[in-house]
Amino acid sequence: MSRGVLSTDKRGMRELGAEEKVGWDEVTQGVALHTFEGSTQSAAFTRPEERAYTDFSSYTATVASWRVVKPVYNRDVCIDCQNCWVWCPDTSIISRDKQMLGIDYDHCKGCGVCAEVCPTNPKSLIMFSEMTENDEALSGWPEKKKKEK
Amino acid sequence: MAKEFELNEVEVWDGNYATSQALRQAQIDVVAAYPITPSTPIVEGYGAYVANGYIDGEFVMVESEHAAMSGCVGAAAAGGRVATATSSQGFALMAEVLYQASGMRLPIVLTVVNRALASPLNVRGDHADMYLGRDSGWIQIDAFDAQQAYDLALCAFRIGEHHAVRLPVMTHQDGFTTSHKAQNVYPLKDEVAYKFVGDYKPVDEMLDFSRPVTHGAQTEEDWHFEHKAKQHKALMDSRTVIDEVFAEFKALTGREYKRVESYMMEDAEVALVLLGSSVETAVLAAKQLREEEGIKVGIISPRCFRPFPYDMVRDVIEDSPVKALCCLDKSSPGGAMGALFNEISAAAYSTGTRPLMTNYIYGLGGRDFSVDEAKRIMREQKAHADAGHITTEIQQFSGLRGPKLGFFETRRS
Repeated sequence: MSRGVLSTDKRGMRELGAEEKVGWDEVTQGVALHTFEGSTQSAAFTRPEERAYTDFSSYTATVASWRVVKPVYNRDVCIDCQNCWVWCPDTSIISRDKQMLGIDYDHCKGCGVCAEVCPTNPKSLIMFSEMTENDEALSGWPEKKKKEK
Repeated sequence: MAKEFELNEVEVWDGNYATSQALRQAQIDVVAAYPITPSTPIVEGYGAYVANGYIDGEFVMVESEHAAMSGCVGAAAAGGRVATATSSQGFALMAEVLYQASGMRLPIVLTVVNRALASPLNVRGDHADMYLGRDSGWIQIDAFDAQQAYDLALCAFRIGEHHAVRLPVMTHQDGFTTSHKAQNVYPLKDEVAYKFVGDYKPVDEMLDFSRPVTHGAQTEEDWHFEHKAKQHKALMDSRTVIDEVFAEFKALTGREYKRVESYMMEDAEVALVLLGSSVETAVLAAKQLREEEGIKVGIISPRCFRPFPYDMVRDVIEDSPVKALCCLDKSSPGGAMGALFNEISAAAYSTGTRPLMTNYIYGLGGRDFSVDEAKRIMREQKAHADAGHITTEIQQFSGLRGPKLGFFETRRS
């Protein structure tokens, strides 16, 4: 699967748990885990892909393997309402300047909340089996439903 | 700025008041506390100092001891100097959070006033709560009187906050016999005490917004063991820092503390090992027995319950001619030998002399331990030493009504 949306950042660079297993003498004191390399004054004003995340941040880990169903995003139907971005419990909707870009498949757990809250007709986010290719999913996208009386 | 508290060169303080004065002088940022007999006056006194302007800090009232220690963990992770006090059931309710504090390497100071654990409900002093903390990863230091409760509370901040240690510290004193017994106490002036304790220098504090940090992360079989081993090593290595802080305190005050206190051990043929306010009773009994009956008795008292001073216990045993050692545990052992017996026996087993080891359970729920009873136990040790083997059961009970109770006989001849 292509990571696609923001290919230059450190998002999901490694499988969770695949990190180097250092010995007791090298682990941090008291399991205190720093999120960024060095000090930062502006993390809140910096886009995630530009932040110096350490390997202690889950940002750099991928947990894609936890998922069995996935949301597929259809740009053609989307109205950029940001509802999915607001509701996603894992900040896995990638949006820039209020424009929906796609799904962070490294951190999405496949809960389906985004598809549930999507207001468009047909929906711009639909859950598919993890095994289904996105292109295949998009080619069979449902038609607009007529309003029921 | 906090107001200075005028103190005389010698004050008449009980253990609780002495402890609350030490906490005041350490200028703690946050005390989160819930009252429980007999430790209540420590935080009650502290609350009054806050209200009257003697402390620039926060006093957080919470709904339970679990919340009290949780508040302490949060405040310490945020980057503050933190302390609280508790006893008995309150200590038991804190137990879960005690392990969080030590695993997160937060140098909180907990001043424990030792009290029995229910059931039956009991407010008097024994060592059940102190023993409950022994695997929690905290440093545990025991005061035998009010002066020591004051001194060791000041030392506790220095030890726990040392950057090579970074561990929480409990100071212990016996409920009522120490906490409520007024005696002469020589306090330090505020300025001198604070200078000894020093400014708090936090590490990985959450209030440093330039370095966002996660505290209390979850680890499974892949990382948990390494973190626990590192924590254990820090606890073992804290022995050096404890020795240094005690040496510095002696230079400042003339009052000397060691990880193991020993009395008259140089020529002792028999010895008692015990903790807390009973030490004074035992030392008095030993002196009298030496004069009255010529039995050379010594006393060993681990000042540091954790890290357990195996090294110094071995030295004390090997540097003395002691043949019989009796460990007195003031806590119901719950289907085992007393903890002090187990620890001291382990240390004694690796000496070349290996004295005869016996165990007494005594003083539960505040049952009195008299000079006469101490002497009886000392004479019994003399009988073991003369016979060359243990002449009684290994575990016995002191001051217990009803038929004699004892367990296990020696197979060593």
